[in-house]
Amino acid sequence: MNVKALILCLFPFAATAQGFAGLGAGADSFSVPAQDYVFDFPADHGPHNDYRIEWWYLTANLEDADGTAYGLQWTLFRLALSPDDGDGWTAPQLWMGHAAVTTPTAHYVTERLGRGGIGQAGAVPEPFEAWIDDWQLVGDLDALAMRASGPDFAYDMTLDAQGPLIFHGDQGYSVKSAGGQASYYYSQPFYDISGVLMLPDGNVDVSGSAWLDREWSSQPLGADQTGWDWFSLSFDDGAKMMGFLLRQADGTAYSSATWIAPDGETEAFPDGAFAAVPLDTHTTAGRDVPVQWQVTLPAKGVDVMVMALNPDAWMDTSVPYWEGPVNVAGSHQGVGYLEMTGYE
Amino acid sequence: MMHAALSALLSHWWRNPLQLFTLVSGLALATALWSGVQAVNSEARASYDAAAATLDEGSFDQLVRRDGQPMDLSDYVALRRAGWLFSPVIEGRVDGVRILGIDPLTAPRGLGPVDATVGPDIGAFMSGAGQIYATSRTLDTLADLDQIEKVEITDTPPNVAYTDISVAQRLLNRAGEIDVLVIGAVQPLGQLQLAEVAPDLIRRQAQVSTDIGKLTDSFHLNLTAFGLLSFAVGIFIVNGAIGLAFEQRRPVVRTLRALGMPLRRLIVLISLELLGLAIIAGTIGVGLGYLIAGLLLPDVAATLKGLYGAEVAGTLQLRPSWWLSGLLIAVGGTAMAAAGALWQLSRMPLLAAAQPRALAMAAGRRAKLQGIAAAGLLLAAFVLGLTADGLIAGFALLGALLIGAALALPVILDRFLLWGEGRATGVMGQWFWADTRQQLPGLSLALMALLLAMAANVGVSTMVSSFRLTFLGFLDQRLASELYVYADTPDDAAQIAAFAQGRVDAVLPIQSTQVQIAGVPTDVFGGKDHSTYRDNWTFLEATSSPWDDVINGQSILINEQLARRANLTIGQSINVAGEAYEISGVYGDYGNPIGQALINEEPFAALFPDVTPQRFGLRLDPIDVPKFRDDLRAATGLPEANIINQAGIKAFSLGVFDRTFTVTTALNVLTLAVAGFAILMSLLTLATMRLPQLAPVWAVGVTRRQLGQLEVARAMLLAMLTAVIALPLGLALAWALLAIVNVAAFGWRLPMYLFPWDYARLGGFALLAAALAALWPAHRLAGTPPAALLKVFSNER
Repeated sequence: MNVKALILCLFPFAATAQGFAGLGAGADSFSVPAQDYVFDFPADHGPHNDYRIEWWYLTANLEDADGTAYGLQWTLFRLALSPDDGDGWTAPQLWMGHAAVTTPTAHYVTERLGRGGIGQAGAVPEPFEAWIDDWQLVGDLDALAMRASGPDFAYDMTLDAQGPLIFHGDQGYSVKSAGGQASYYYSQPFYDISGVLMLPDGNVDVSGSAWLDREWSSQPLGADQTGWDWFSLSFDDGAKMMGFLLRQADGTAYSSATWIAPDGETEAFPDGAFAAVPLDTHTTAGRDVPVQWQVTLPAKGVDVMVMALNPDAWMDTSVPYWEGPVNVAGSHQGVGYLEMTGYE
Repeated sequence: MMHAALSALLSHWWRNPLQLFTLVSGLALATALWSGVQAVNSEARASYDAAAATLDEGSFDQLVRRDGQPMDLSDYVALRRAGWLFSPVIEGRVDGVRILGIDPLTAPRGLGPVDATVGPDIGAFMSGAGQIYATSRTLDTLADLDQIEKVEITDTPPNVAYTDISVAQRLLNRAGEIDVLVIGAVQPLGQLQLAEVAPDLIRRQAQVSTDIGKLTDSFHLNLTAFGLLSFAVGIFIVNGAIGLAFEQRRPVVRTLRALGMPLRRLIVLISLELLGLAIIAGTIGVGLGYLIAGLLLPDVAATLKGLYGAEVAGTLQLRPSWWLSGLLIAVGGTAMAAAGALWQLSRMPLLAAAQPRALAMAAGRRAKLQGIAAAGLLLAAFVLGLTADGLIAGFALLGALLIGAALALPVILDRFLLWGEGRATGVMGQWFWADTRQQLPGLSLALMALLLAMAANVGVSTMVSSFRLTFLGFLDQRLASELYVYADTPDDAAQIAAFAQGRVDAVLPIQSTQVQIAGVPTDVFGGKDHSTYRDNWTFLEATSSPWDDVINGQSILINEQLARRANLTIGQSINVAGEAYEISGVYGDYGNPIGQALINEEPFAALFPDVTPQRFGLRLDPIDVPKFRDDLRAATGLPEANIINQAGIKAFSLGVFDRTFTVTTALNVLTLAVAGFAILMSLLTLATMRLPQLAPVWAVGVTRRQLGQLEVARAMLLAMLTAVIALPLGLALAWALLAIVNVAAFGWRLPMYLFPWDYARLGGFALLAAALAALWPAHRLAGTPPAALLKVFSNER
């Protein structure tokens, strides 16, 4: 019952037979996403306790006055041990926060865990706040304040949305496998962000762009899916693209992509339209992780090389994964974020 | 050929089952003592290592409420939201078991059991009816909690159960409450000030558990020394048995080699044979050791708990490492014992005649060499005794002393018997002395074993008894007051003092602060003039009136650690916060890792005006203790944990202290039994070889009965001589353990006390053991058919 062992068994992220991090486990008595869902805001910015898993996932590409690039991550996960209610210590909602800052030469990570029922962590839609301990994302979805702290770094940022919310898949119903597993998935990819990073070498004023993902489900992965490679790319011409590969145990992958025009118009692409091929791997934390990719979406003329800003952006958290800023070159130029899970 | 050779070699054991028994049982006993002691040691260690890894030992800084009351959930959440990484704990007792409710999501690593044998399931732990983790014995106590899933884990302290905080709150009927916040070692940047967020909370420093560690180490060192000595005793037996077997098998070896068996192969065969025997004996030994440990462990557990408050689970687990170390020690011991014999065998001329008396002859030839080695070792021990000041030197001293004395024993006995022979009058007397001398080489290994066993007994019991006396004095000195009360704040302290004044015989404030004295970090105490101190404190060295000197305000008492580290003695002057004090006494302070000093309360208050007493010793009639305690709690709201009935603890400690002696006595009896066994086996094997020497004596008219009586008398004479030599050896051993090894290991020297009555009794036991060992061979001799004795003459070579 050592704490580490406990945490390892804690949801999202112990790699189990049931897909990566148990995300392929059955939905039991939880609600499951359905097509033709009508989103209800601001309520849907808040938690959906009848779904097993949910996240508020913010990544940002930043620059300081000298033009040095940085990446930033603020993530809050919710996992329900059961769909039943409870209060205080017995409430079945567990929360996990991950925060990171990536520089070209360093990667700072920290993690928090807490229970929902006691007020240590949670999310409310109106006025919007998502928090765990002293970390918070607060305001409304158009203008947010965000902070997080770890033993060797902290940050304090403000965000301003420059465009509308966008919905992935079929109006926010995002299919994740041929078997029909799906999640509700919308994003706000148009944030301007600025603030201060507190790093061991001192404070750095930074600004850039940020992307918030909101997703919830009860069984987002098929049982045979072992991990994913997820790309969010912001091109210099103002267009954006989200694409992911869900790797399957038989070596094939299920892909999906959303093209986001500068004005927020979206176009969803089914399995097979989007492709990503690893070009180079890097050994970090004892794992071989692809850190350079050839990413294509022929329907939109996208054929780019995606390269990690810092190939050692390994998230040494309860359940480890790779998450870091990337540079984009080729048919389009730009920056973005890459998340890779299931590389054990 | 191999098969034939092996069966020829093995047939020796069939023809001499007694020798086989000696060899196997000697080795098994040696291994048993070794592994039994190791088992007790490692079990006790594992047990309180587990305890030390948990909240019990207070290994984390903690936050508690100033008023000692439980805190609210909102306090906790406010602190978390201010960026402080704390983890909540609630504790209480259910059916006498300490229930610790933790939050696994925020608990710092190391809080809670260290290792899980069962895969934990966070969902099951935190939701539903919950789970409770404890040792199987503790879980049995909690059998009434049938709705909660019980998970057995091994490496947890006894009588402590872990569960989720929500489950614990339910079990203890304390919804929403938190007793303690454990402070994580790593905190994030940018926290709000603690005083701002939680003004009601105070920080409690993690307890330093060195004192318990040091004291228990001391106890374990004693046990380990005992284990090693016991093994040495056993190895002497094995050595004897193997040497004898080789001697007796010379004709077989000669015949096999004459038949064309290569020497190398023969040696391999014999080695394999011994390896097999060693493994069998080792396995039996580990089993026996386990049995010994099982019998001793409850006493050891009680001893450690009583002495040092270290919890030890009273159950034994058969750890694979014991098997391995037990077998290794058996095989290693056999190899040690057999190496010499195999070497001799490899150099033996092909047709060397069988020499039944070769052992004795060789021993005679070796005696001179042995004498020189013994003298060298004893000289080295003497020099080390004067100069040794480290742990390694201390153990080298022990080794040189023991081996030197063992080697010297036959030489000394031989000299003495020669002297006795010269003084003997009458033909019978002269024969008795001469024959005893003649037998000495054959018995010397067994006698060495007896010597070591007795010396170990004298040494260890002297050490343990000295330890006990010292510790009793120390307990009297330190736990003189009936009640000890701890206040969390100066206000509480004032309230307690005001309440107690007039209701008890004396309120003795205990106030201290840490300063540097002569470069040594030292706790300085301000003491009150009271008979509690005058009557109970004992000094290692002191002026004629140490307390009067202190009361006068000019003198200081220091503990032994400070005296040793700063090389101080009475009469010297030392500086405390700029004021000079003359040392008027040095006292023993066992288990304290740092320096300590005591001055009178008035100069203390002048030097350290900011220090106010928050602890008090209260003197009152023991009968009034329970009532006063209740009144005090009712009047001041002092938490239960802040009132300690030291008198009760002391009484309990004294009660269990004597269990140490159960352990020591059991080990003493076992080693003596082993030594007695060695004598028995030596006499039995000698008996068959001695017929040619006894037959002529019988032929000239001495009856077999008389011969038997002389046999017993001889064994007792040798045992008595050995005992006489063992006494100073044992005392030297005890001295080395107390004055050198203990000082090197723990920084304090235990005074050595002598227990003549114990030694006399031990001598009696040794004589009894020797007499018992000689009885059966003597009886057999008395019953030897005259035909067997006559045959000696017809078979004479």
